[in-house]
Amino acid sequence: MFWAVVAVVLCLVAPSMNWWFPGNNAEAASTLGTRIDDLFYLILVIVTVTFVGTQIALGYVLWKGADNRDEKAHFTHGSHSLEVIWTIVPSGILLFIALYQMDVWAEYRVISKFPADAVAQPVADVTARQFEWRIRYPAPGRKFKSQADIRKWLRVPEAGDLHYPNELCVPTTRNVLFYLRSGDVQHAFFSPELRVKQDAVPGKVIPVWFNATKRGEYTLLCAELCGWGHYKMKARILAVPENEYRQYLLNLQKELADDGFDEDAPESDE
Amino acid sequence: MSTTEATIHHAEHGHHEPGLIAKYVFSTDHKMIGLQFLLTTMFMLLVGGALALAVRWQLAFPWESMPLAGRLFAGQGGQISPEFYTMLFTMHATVMIFLVIIPILAGAFGNFLIPLMIGADDMAFPKLNMLSYWFMWPAILCFSLSFFAGGEFMNSAPAAGWTSYPILSAIMDAAPGSGHAQTFWLLGLTFVGVSSMMGSVNYLTTIINMRAPGMTLFRMPMTIWAMFITAILQAFALPVLTAAGFMLLFDRGLPGGLQTCFFIPADLVINNSSPTVGGGQPLLWQHLFWFYSHPAVYIMLLPAMGMVSDMLSAMSRKPLFGYKPMVYSMAAIAGLGFIVWGHHMFTSGMNPALGMTFMTSTVMIALPSAIKTFNWIGTMWGGKLQFNTVLLNSAGFVSMFVVGGLSGIFMAAVPVDIYIHDTYFIVAHFHYVLFGSTLFGVFGAIHFWFPKMFGRLMNDTVGKWHFALTFIGFNGTFFPMHLLGVAGMPRRYADPYLHPYLEHLLPMNQFITACAILMGFAQLLLIGNFLYSSKFGKKVGRNPWNANGIEWIAPSPPGHGNFDIPPVCYRGPYEYSSPLVEGRDYLMQNEYLGDVKHTAEKSSESTASHDT
Repeated sequence: MFWAVVAVVLCLVAPSMNWWFPGNNAEAASTLGTRIDDLFYLILVIVTVTFVGTQIALGYVLWKGADNRDEKAHFTHGSHSLEVIWTIVPSGILLFIALYQMDVWAEYRVISKFPADAVAQPVADVTARQFEWRIRYPAPGRKFKSQADIRKWLRVPEAGDLHYPNELCVPTTRNVLFYLRSGDVQHAFFSPELRVKQDAVPGKVIPVWFNATKRGEYTLLCAELCGWGHYKMKARILAVPENEYRQYLLNLQKELADDGFDEDAPESDE
Repeated sequence: MSTTEATIHHAEHGHHEPGLIAKYVFSTDHKMIGLQFLLTTMFMLLVGGALALAVRWQLAFPWESMPLAGRLFAGQGGQISPEFYTMLFTMHATVMIFLVIIPILAGAFGNFLIPLMIGADDMAFPKLNMLSYWFMWPAILCFSLSFFAGGEFMNSAPAAGWTSYPILSAIMDAAPGSGHAQTFWLLGLTFVGVSSMMGSVNYLTTIINMRAPGMTLFRMPMTIWAMFITAILQAFALPVLTAAGFMLLFDRGLPGGLQTCFFIPADLVINNSSPTVGGGQPLLWQHLFWFYSHPAVYIMLLPAMGMVSDMLSAMSRKPLFGYKPMVYSMAAIAGLGFIVWGHHMFTSGMNPALGMTFMTSTVMIALPSAIKTFNWIGTMWGGKLQFNTVLLNSAGFVSMFVVGGLSGIFMAAVPVDIYIHDTYFIVAHFHYVLFGSTLFGVFGAIHFWFPKMFGRLMNDTVGKWHFALTFIGFNGTFFPMHLLGVAGMPRRYADPYLHPYLEHLLPMNQFITACAILMGFAQLLLIGNFLYSSKFGKKVGRNPWNANGIEWIAPSPPGHGNFDIPPVCYRGPYEYSSPLVEGRDYLMQNEYLGDVKHTAEKSSESTASHDT
């Protein structure tokens, strides 16, 4: 009753108060993220109706019962047909909710349903450590020939690989896949705006994919307790158009190959 | 006591009046053990609450010196360090789950109520019962010692969360709290497990063997059904946790430098230590842990459901709506409870097919919960409600259980859980279930059965104030947490405001903390009311609520052996407002009405079956 009203009002004003999903206008910045949000809203509607209904029913029986002037309460041990109704109706709704979720989950996690282009050319190997993210890109222009080639690359680092901490650059509007692993304890890759979360389990190398729809700088943080510095395992995901992405990698290559020697610098006396 | 008196006493009761220590300390009387559990857990509730308030302080006023309590750790300027923060929430959960919720339900109310409600004179194994209580103390000692394990108070408690996921908990160097503190924590966990196991074996035997004549299974009160099912859950789930605990202990190191690798994979370099040898799987721990800890969630809820069913029926002066569906749905919750543990691991990287099956079973567990909710509302419908503290807390239970249950659906749906997992949404959810439901049920139960414990009533006005303040404080604390979760605030962060997208949530967290403080101080009303009323409360007779259960025919407080004469049961416990009796609206389970029918309705659920 009273709480039902407060809760519904809170949910209604929450987006305008910015107490809602992170991201621009509370919109997800990835394709699957948008569908996850849709599923969330679907459940929210079903749940809100149930919530308001039961709370009103509860408030009503409390109000009526408190005011009951009869000598005795209504004597009944229950109703068989009511039990049948309130068993079958919720079970239908619940089964619907469960089955309706399957597709998005399958696309997000079942490897055979991953987008083929992303599987063929992973963009990075992400290693979580206490308390940082280590990103390893394949050398710019390196094309993986087969899955066996990818497995080899995951097992043995290559000379041309680009290493960079706490910043993952990906192209927008394209399916990107990266491999996630942990170097010490368990972590979780969590990007709130992209609605991506996957645990980095020690001993496992887990493929994760997403498709960033909009250019932007997104948060990357750790969602699984990993020690005292858990809260500050902060990094960012740069989503940029394809050409800028290539340029980013080339710049990174140049920066990493730079030995610090500058020909034009005046010689200094010892 | 003089010799003559003792002899007379002996002649009267056929046993010696126990000495002071045997009566109040090492007692084998189920009622005393129940009270010991109750007082211990109420004290632990304050400890756990204080830890929670420290967590809330840090979230509302990050890195600021704590008032008052800050003097305890003046060495670090009264500030909560990030290490200390991880320890605080770890120990808050540990204390609340293992030392408050589980023992207050099974230990306190299970002990006190089971023999009384089934008409037995004591538990089947009184000595085992006593041991079950006294195994709590080594656990409490271990958990307390873990605070000092590093030599320095406040900087060495276990810090791997109450779930203690390896590798963080398996390698000594992985975190400041992963040293000996974690070992003490695991030992404490084992002791709590032993205590629960002793209790559950005892409850099962007692309920199966010692029911009064005529008390068929389907004449048992819901409380007894709940305790019965809970005991089964504990008996089957606990060995798994105990085994996992020992495996983790072995992984952490055995005497003589030996070490196993159940959970530790190869080639991890933690804090610059030498690489691990490995061969293990961290996910194994998660499976084993949640195989216990998910049923444990129902261990922490079902007894409260049972007690609320009894209290709602008594306070509505109306039979419980759908007794058998209530029993079956409780059994269904327990059964399904064993095949839903994977929903804690949706993002863990386990086989995605498991995610789908666990999602379906998890969503379906909402069904028996929904049936129970509808039946509670049905019980109150058309009733003659007695608006006292008991009813308020019971109705609060139903209302909050609806919230906690419905928010669970979001997380049961795997795709949505991808986003919500390990955010404050889950924190809101399980507090609505564990606090909002279980503790309101417990508050109601304390007020309801208090007269049986002490022969006195608790003050109803103070009780109502306590309920109102707790209810407001509770919702003010935990409802906004749903919004924090949707906004993406991860749990277990010492300083979420480090991340720009969470900065604007600081005022909301301050509001939450203010409500939490209000709620915390409201509990002093309960404790004060409890202690004051046990000495000075209004004296009442055996059956102050005009309830039907067999426990209400015993003296208040019941003496050793509980009943004046062994009771006989003629009907179910919910014959309120029965048309069979004139001038009163209750009909006790032991009342013999001659050779007429013993229950009114032909379709009555309670006598329809005689299966035992």
